[in-house]
Amino acid sequence: MTLEVKGLKVEFPSRRGTLTALDDVSFSIQRGEVLGVVGESGAGKSLTGLSIIGLLEPPGRIAGGEILLEGKRIDRLPPEEMRRVRGRRIGVVFQDPLTSLNPLFTIGAQLEETIVTHLDLGKAAARERALSLLREVGIPAPEARYDNYPHQFSGGMRQRVVIALAIAAEPVLLIADEPTTALDVSIQAQIIALLKRLARERGTAVMLITHDMGVIAETSQRVAVMYAGRVVEIGPVHEVIRAPLHPYTVGLMGSIPKIGIERKKLVQIEGAMPRLNAIPPGCAFNPRCPKRFARCLAQRPDPIAVGARAAACWLHAAP
Amino acid sequence: MPLLSLRAVSRDFDVSRPWLNRVLEGEPRRLLRAVDGVDLEVEAGETLALVGESGSGKSTVARLIVGLYPPSAGTVNFSGRRMQMIFQDPYASLNPRWRVRDIVAEPMRILHTKKEVGECLREVGLSPEDAERYPHEFSGGQRQRISIARALAGEPDLLVCDEPTSALDVSVQAQILNLMTDLQRRLGLTYVFISHNLAVVSQVADRVGVMYLGRIVEIASAKELFSRPRHPYTRMLLDAVPDLELSGRPRTPVAGEVPNPLDPPPGCAFNPRCPHANERCRTEKPALIDNVACHAVAEGRI
Repeated sequence: MTLEVKGLKVEFPSRRGTLTALDDVSFSIQRGEVLGVVGESGAGKSLTGLSIIGLLEPPGRIAGGEILLEGKRIDRLPPEEMRRVRGRRIGVVFQDPLTSLNPLFTIGAQLEETIVTHLDLGKAAARERALSLLREVGIPAPEARYDNYPHQFSGGMRQRVVIALAIAAEPVLLIADEPTTALDVSIQAQIIALLKRLARERGTAVMLITHDMGVIAETSQRVAVMYAGRVVEIGPVHEVIRAPLHPYTVGLMGSIPKIGIERKKLVQIEGAMPRLNAIPPGCAFNPRCPKRFARCLAQRPDPIAVGARAAACWLHAAP
Repeated sequence: MPLLSLRAVSRDFDVSRPWLNRVLEGEPRRLLRAVDGVDLEVEAGETLALVGESGSGKSTVARLIVGLYPPSAGTVNFSGRRMQMIFQDPYASLNPRWRVRDIVAEPMRILHTKKEVGECLREVGLSPEDAERYPHEFSGGQRQRISIARALAGEPDLLVCDEPTSALDVSVQAQILNLMTDLQRRLGLTYVFISHNLAVVSQVADRVGVMYLGRIVEIASAKELFSRPRHPYTRMLLDAVPDLELSGRPRTPVAGEVPNPLDPPPGCAFNPRCPHANERCRTEKPALIDNVACHAVAEGRI
């Protein structure tokens, strides 16, 4: 198992008490697997990614649980050691490619720096490697673009450069946080194809964080659906999309417009996700849930295994 | 007579460098043609959607319609009484220092319409008590409802919506799209709906215009466009939409990017990415014939 997250809990202490932003989040990603993490704004998906790479903004802190990379715990590493893990063993791609690149350096220089920092290579060898990375992520004529600055690239090409940077040191895990959200659909399709190819050819485990179920359907083998800081459903993408178990997933799938000839009214989930300081007792989804019953108001459901899946919902508890 | 018609509307933006640089370096003025000869007609009561990628000129068309930009060439004719606009970002389009009451009442004050704030808020699913609150007390979806209430306060016949749900989460997007459909039925509104999201467009539109680099390349009823796309660019866009049905349908991989609008390719702007391009496509700009601007379609090659 490349990545295992077990019972992760993240808290933000504040003057008005402690806010629990992530509560008992567990999942794992295998070598070569793409796990999609989907949820609406504030569900905690980006926070999960930041916790794994050790970049939680203080006062946020990991208050419980374990994060294991290839069997070794990384959630308690001193900052210096964690810095070596980041970049070398975990690559990261963020939403906005322009803020991930330094505008003052050519992309060649940025790639070389990353390669020399993490791998034991000389300058000439680093350049060779940088060029082959650019070729791999689909930059046409990499020799000609090597000495260009980020602003000379289009959005899609910049995101390819960011991906090249993220995989420069051959990490075992790639965390991509909304990598296609800032891009047009035709470019999005190209970046999706690239991420899939990297997982397949390099055996990289990919954690793909996005709000777009369509992107996950195209790329991932498994998906984790997050709501109010918890994983409410996790399982193979085909099963979750075709027959969702958790009422939130059901609502989410129904609210996505689909291209079709027949037009139906979209399914509406009434209300909005609760804020962190107002999470109701019992199941966090209960105020919006059309299927709630007494137990949902009182007791918080843990993920319950249903075949290859798990859903945190009392509907699926053994009677 | 159509409610709204655009005749050969173009819009240029001056993107020249400062005067001194031009004089010293002998550079000419540079114009960016954001919208290039667009013809459109919108009938009362229908929803016309414009789709396209960034830089296609769809938002510029929206601004030309409501008069935020004057056209550089061509004419915009509106035979209705009033139009209103709904913007993408409900955080930027509401004054944070005003109470909701003042925000919604502003069009009534200026246009002397006979609506009530409470009634407008009820129409969009908010309560009249919300009038006393400030925008920051609302979520993104509720703010977009306030924008819609403000638009309705002006008693418009035409609503121009520029990416009205793009900043919202999908479940909230569904609420707003359903609300817009209900309002259209109840109040007989006409929508011009700008979006980059084809699935959203297929949910709301009666007719769809596909834009590429400032021109409409195909326009058709939503039914026809989504079942039988004709322009190669429309086909490519539809192929690029992630497949939620997991049907595993065969798809042509998407290639290339939108060219720089400052330096568009000669002939058909789509020719460098088009699998059907030939010599004519590389030299001659295709006109919109029978609702498609494509030589290959006109010649029956595809």
